[in-house]
Amino acid sequence: MLRAVRLPCRAQNITAPCRVRRITSTPTAGPANSFPKEPTAHGVLPSSQSPILSTLKFFNSVTGDGTQIPTYRVLDSVGQPLEGATVPEEIGEAMARRMYESMVQLPIIDNLMYNVQRQGKLAFYMTHYGEEATLIGSAAALANDDEVLGQYRELGVLMWRGFTLADMMNSSFGNCEDPCSRGKQMPMHFGSRKHHFHMISSPLATQIPQAAGVAFALRRDPSRRGKNCAVVYFGEGAASEGDFHAGMLFASTIPSPTLFIARNNGFAISTPANEQYYGDGIAARGPGYGMHTIRVDGNDVLAVYNAVKEARRLCIDEGRGVLVEAMTYRVGHHSTSDDSFAYRPRQEVEDRKRLDNPLARFRLFLEARGWWSAEEDDALRARLKDEVLKAFKKAEALPKPELREMFEQVYGGEEPWTLREQREELGRLLKKYGDVWEPWKTELKKHKGAGKELMDTKP
Amino acid sequence: MSTRAALSRFAPAITRARRAPAFAARRAAFVRGYASQSEHTLTVRDALNAALEEEMLRDEKVFIIGEEVARYNGAYKVTKGLMDKFGEKRVVDTPITEMGFAGLATGAAFAGLRPVCEFMTFNFAMQAIDQIVNSAAKTLYMSGGFLTCPIVFRGPNGAAAGVAAQHSQDYAAWYGSIPGLKVVSPWSAEDCKGLLKAAIRDPNPVVFLENEMLYGVSFPMSQEAMSDDFVLPIGKAKIELEGSDVTIVAHSLMVARSLEAAEELAKEGIKAEVINLRSIRPLDIETIKNSVKKTNRLCIVEGSFPAFGVGSEICAQIVESEAFDYLDAPVERITGADVPTPYAINLEARAFPDAPLITKVAKRALYRTN
Repeated sequence: MLRAVRLPCRAQNITAPCRVRRITSTPTAGPANSFPKEPTAHGVLPSSQSPILSTLKFFNSVTGDGTQIPTYRVLDSVGQPLEGATVPEEIGEAMARRMYESMVQLPIIDNLMYNVQRQGKLAFYMTHYGEEATLIGSAAALANDDEVLGQYRELGVLMWRGFTLADMMNSSFGNCEDPCSRGKQMPMHFGSRKHHFHMISSPLATQIPQAAGVAFALRRDPSRRGKNCAVVYFGEGAASEGDFHAGMLFASTIPSPTLFIARNNGFAISTPANEQYYGDGIAARGPGYGMHTIRVDGNDVLAVYNAVKEARRLCIDEGRGVLVEAMTYRVGHHSTSDDSFAYRPRQEVEDRKRLDNPLARFRLFLEARGWWSAEEDDALRARLKDEVLKAFKKAEALPKPELREMFEQVYGGEEPWTLREQREELGRLLKKYGDVWEPWKTELKKHKGAGKELMDTKP
Repeated sequence: MSTRAALSRFAPAITRARRAPAFAARRAAFVRGYASQSEHTLTVRDALNAALEEEMLRDEKVFIIGEEVARYNGAYKVTKGLMDKFGEKRVVDTPITEMGFAGLATGAAFAGLRPVCEFMTFNFAMQAIDQIVNSAAKTLYMSGGFLTCPIVFRGPNGAAAGVAAQHSQDYAAWYGSIPGLKVVSPWSAEDCKGLLKAAIRDPNPVVFLENEMLYGVSFPMSQEAMSDDFVLPIGKAKIELEGSDVTIVAHSLMVARSLEAAEELAKEGIKAEVINLRSIRPLDIETIKNSVKKTNRLCIVEGSFPAFGVGSEICAQIVESEAFDYLDAPVERITGADVPTPYAINLEARAFPDAPLITKVAKRALYRTN
């Protein structure tokens, strides 16, 4: 019986799905696969231009001389440009002030939201302390319609594009005005089509190969080809996931304008970077995928700006992946589910905050140019605190989304019967108990519409 | 459950040769088919290929991505000729990284394209299952509707022949349990063409489970099914054979075996109703319920492990519904043995249901045997 079915397949010479890799690889463009034009003194390899040597030589560095990959920096620790460094011309007083204000806003939001979470009003929050320069420097260097795929600590990028405090608060509380997910995704997992910011996904690094796919689609679109790139943010911990390697591989082998920004903040929750990798950080991996790569001081907003701007240009001009590794330090805990003083000394964090503070460095730069003053700083902080608190209070008071939201957007197009059935069942139960059973009565009041839209649907 | 598995092992697997008149028109000994010569016939492979070509012609946004899909025409030649017709931009060969091309395809779908992502087998899609389940299936909901993911994940699923446990698993139940995914498990060439076209046009991620052993099998194609506009609805089962005595529900390859069993049963005057599920999610439970109300007996056949399977789900839904009152016998699940699929050919044959086993169990549901 089975034989009779099996034979035709075999007869037609169909390959069994076993992983027998063919030895000859498909030739594609690129130096690794180009055939050498002329034989060298010691001969040639069939599919590589690798020169042939007669001496035994191992290597373990991408710099050639065994040193670590250098870090690009523009401002020193007191905000003075390094000798030979280029201060970007387009960052004049107005732009610089806007960048600084955006950086200052983040810890003010963090302070409030962290405490609010601790009071039990939010399920979850993640602070940005220490990474303000990486976020705002990169956001400012991108076009606002470049497609961003974040990891979860990129609120600064989204707000740079016009996502408001009200949006941020409504999303965090998952209330009826939540612009990101209509109450269906947890705090800090933002997304906004208007701002070209894809939905944050909790499983780590899935956004990395997806970014290569978004960039693939950009390259296919005549109105965006050569104009936009896909930008993907991830931590040095996420770069240990297979998805990171898959994303890098695909952006280089199926070339697409994908800009990889690694936020190397020193910790993946509790795991320090030196336990995350044994090689020279994330940057060392770029050349392994044939990718232009730079390491930049992530606490220097101007260096991040310059590096990302040039990386973006290369990425779009060549239509290929480019890797930026921003070296920063996560001053805050990983998230509200974490207490980092269990695995690092408080003093270390205090020292980092004092000695290498991205806000202080940029503020000193602004003050040296006469673009900022202590009075303005105090006024800014007071204003932002007030705005953040007002947005918070407003969002907290808004009701939760309508109950029907629970069953919506599971599928696009025609709704399968399972959803209709569940909604109708809930409607029946609400009709029966919603007005008489105290726990439900109380719960229903928290929802916009108090569940009436479900009770009114006819089965 | 274990009884089924044990029965399966003892079932005489390779003993039958006689053919009923309905299938007399099967052509050569080695070309197993369901086609009569007067009609259009198409193999499952060609039907899938036609569906892909038609949809790529219809919509610029459709593209195919996977290992060896372009120059090599696909491991099973389903994408044969498509690279020549549409070029490398729309039929994309990739490095061997399932999570990579599934992730790239998912991202491309988020960005508005309509990828058809081919896995060499769904067994290998396990390395990409996070992209399918956590990203493709859930993002529409989690984004409040702003990020759609119109994508098809397709490839052979379930046991093939002689390739052991890591190439032989049926994932219908795995994907079938995920809200946000649609899951299709076609049997005939008509199913494959109509459902693949529907899957490509669907605004949701669709997992399209093919079967290696059916690729070379020919089926009749109606004039309608040969048309470019032929699309079958996802979520609707098909009654392949009407009957009044016992309902046999199956999907994919097991539809063929159930029809063979129905032939055997017919010789004893038993009229079996054979339902080809076509879709796993949404599940067309209405069609099964209506059939059970008519026949009062239900057997569910699948080429999968018994536990937590499609059969278990159908059984549960039936006994929870008003159809329970119509049952005159316990629901029977006929499944693969509850062991990783063995390689040795005789062991493998006995690990999956065949027509004699289905016949025997159907008769037991009718209290005609034990």
